[in-house]
Amino acid sequence: MAINTEYIGRTYEPSEPYEVSRVKIAEFADAVGEPSPLCRDRAAAQAAGYPDVIAPPTFAIVVSSADSSKVTSDPGLGVNYAMIVYGEQSFTHVRPLHAGDVVVSQSTIEGIGQVRSLTTLTTVTEIRTVDGEHVCTARAMLIERGA
Amino acid sequence: MAGPGYDDVAAGTELGLQQYQVTRRDLVRYAGASGDFNVIHWNERVAKSVGLPDVIAHGMLTMALAGRFLTDWAGDPGAVTEFGVRFSSPVVVPDDDKGALVEISGVVTGKLEDRQVTVDVTVRSAETKVLTRAHAVVRLAAVPAQGGDPLEPP
Repeated sequence: MAINTEYIGRTYEPSEPYEVSRVKIAEFADAVGEPSPLCRDRAAAQAAGYPDVIAPPTFAIVVSSADSSKVTSDPGLGVNYAMIVYGEQSFTHVRPLHAGDVVVSQSTIEGIGQVRSLTTLTTVTEIRTVDGEHVCTARAMLIERGA
Repeated sequence: MAGPGYDDVAAGTELGLQQYQVTRRDLVRYAGASGDFNVIHWNERVAKSVGLPDVIAHGMLTMALAGRFLTDWAGDPGAVTEFGVRFSSPVVVPDDDKGALVEISGVVTGKLEDRQVTVDVTVRSAETKVLTRAHAVVRLAAVPAQGGDPLEPP
């Protein structure tokens, strides 16, 4: 087992602020086939009670994966990236991300486990606005196959 | 907004089957939109060199299609408050005009407070479950959407 279990519980430095834009939300909605005007039309989103156009639920990966990849590329952790497959992903949303949000991500290594020749690595990334409002928790589980 | 109201659903309410076609073009578009440029999602030579049958879809694209399935049902892209999946098998996307067919269905498994319901989602491609343990919490409208608002012209 190559992944260093001493890293369990380690929390990394927060990311640089990421500004959620209307253009990026629309681009992501197009890419996943989400047809809703609430992802594209500010007036429609406001009529539905949102401050601006909102992101589809898995858009948070755009924000969280950049930060969690910082974890998996940490040389001290010892992940063999060639042997990695994506095991699980989950999101818990306090509210949808919307255009105009400026958010910061911070990742923690929640667990490193062993199942036969497989090693699992679970990271939790908290997404908060720069004002400290908690918006989303993203949890990813990666699997490293035995060499 | 055309989703069901919270009072209209119960444990056992089914979310009807939807089919989504995923082509190589969709993978390229998702790569650009998400920033995930992993080579196995667009280069057949590299995908085969690591033991895959062909180029495979991003797991997150498959999850996003399931997210869209849920938000279409709820009538609000902000309705999904929790969503988790296990990537159990890849969606293999051949280099043709049809690509891969992803079939998604769901069932309400319970009702929570604050107009939320739990939903189990089934996602298959080529007769294989590509996502397992796909569970979501979805917030529904208080009342179902009506056919039109009589106070405003169409």
